Amino acid sequence: MSEEFPYLSKADEEIVAVQRGPEPGGAAGAYRSFGETLRGLKTTFARLVEGPVTIQYPEEKTPVYPRFRGRHKLHRFEDTGLEKCVGCSLCAAACPADCIRVVAAENDPADRVSAGERYAAVYEINLSRCIFCGYCEVACPFDAITMGHEYELADYNRGDLIFTKEMLLAESIERAPLRREGE
Amino acid sequence: MTPLPLADVGFAEASWIMVVKSILIFLGVFLIVPVLTVVERKLIGRFQHRYGPNRVGPGGALQPLADILKLAGKEMFRPTAAVPFLYAIAPALVIFSGITTIAILPFGDVKDGVGFYGIDVSIGVLYFFAFGSISFYGLLLAGWSSGSKYSFLGAMRAAAQLISYEVSMGLALLGAIMIAGSLSMTEIVYAQDDVWFIVPQILGFLIFMVAGLAETNRAPFDLPEADAELVQGYQTEYGGTRFGSFLLAEYLEMFVVSGIAATFFLGGWMGPGPSWLDPFWMVTKILALIFVFIWVRATVPRLRYDQLMSLGWKVLLPLATLNVLVTAILVVVL
Repeated sequence: MSEEFPYLSKADEEIVAVQRGPEPGGAAGAYRSFGETLRGLKTTFARLVEGPVTIQYPEEKTPVYPRFRGRHKLHRFEDTGLEKCVGCSLCAAACPADCIRVVAAENDPADRVSAGERYAAVYEINLSRCIFCGYCEVACPFDAITMGHEYELADYNRGDLIFTKEMLLAESIERAPLRREGE
Repeated sequence: MTPLPLADVGFAEASWIMVVKSILIFLGVFLIVPVLTVVERKLIGRFQHRYGPNRVGPGGALQPLADILKLAGKEMFRPTAAVPFLYAIAPALVIFSGITTIAILPFGDVKDGVGFYGIDVSIGVLYFFAFGSISFYGLLLAGWSSGSKYSFLGAMRAAAQLISYEVSMGLALLGAIMIAGSLSMTEIVYAQDDVWFIVPQILGFLIFMVAGLAETNRAPFDLPEADAELVQGYQTEYGGTRFGSFLLAEYLEMFVVSGIAATFFLGGWMGPGPSWLDPFWMVTKILALIFVFIWVRATVPRLRYDQLMSLGWKVLLPLATLNVLVTAILVVVL
């Protein structure tokens, strides 16, 4: 290498030479590029035969994984129908985007709302701020809040993206298909 | 001295037939070009594993209608630096030259006193080259009169490209003309009664197709447009229907070049079946060649400018000359 490049120092010889294609031009070059063009045409034609792979989004949807973090859901106990949330505000404390607002109130023993001593009188999530990190789900000691699979959250007003407790508790229509095992 | 190989065109039609034929050509053009635009977009999509436009109408069939309405609804815009008259006339010139060339494409022979072509001119292919050059005037004027550097660069490239490829294109057709011994399109089709000229003139056909890609400014020779570096080349300052005219002209030229190639190399209207199927065969051949155009566009990346020039002058021109020489010798010897 030193004979080839006498101006290079010993350290420079470590540099690996760039792999270059054959020199263009000449009859051989024209012949080669003609062949390569035919090869390219074959490649694209094979794609035509394979057919499209596009998912037609509003009609077809990509299935989501079971652990997909979509819009939040609040849960009730299935047997008693009481809310799981006790208004402890741990989710609000864990939220890095500061989008959860909880105002707790004491339960009336005659007409209980939650299973604990207190319940969430106000529970709001501002979804325009939410970053869908799932820390609220992790922080919750009663599994009262989980991340659902819903991701179609576009709306016309920012105000409409503040979800109240009733909206979060409501059985949401499952619009996003769930990915099956091995899919 | 032997007479020039001009065809004996003694066949003349009534002038009202000519008028009807002109109207039919116009109607056909405005029917086929919008279909071509959507077919191209669908095909390019399929080549890329996509569907292409499929929202407007069944399977995207009404997409061209939406495009035309959108373009027609736009403001007739003109830059301050533009030359008003030339700026307006350039797109018209491009369309005009494209449609006039369709007149010489033969879709069949004379039946019941009516020829299935616009006109059978004795100079045949020269007519095609003449109007092809006029369409480049349109591009040049468009680029120059826009008063924009991108448009100007695009126009300059168009001019250089025309000079480089028109020669090879003419020489590529010359082989077929020599075998047929005529310039008339119908005569050339009749000369292919035994064997299509693509067999003895395969080199000419390939050269013609490559030069045709350059002539129609389509990928990989779309340097006059070159969206990546020149915005849209000579079309940069155009909008609305004038832009639509350039678009129409591009597809029109593609149709014309495919038609010429089908006539010269693929036996024109020749095909199995009764003679009333002739126009069908011609259109099928043209559409097959247009498919090749789209296929190439989906495959080959745009050439660099020096590559374009060296391909034109160093590869195509010598090959075309060689083709003509060998054909001439064989025509004389055999």
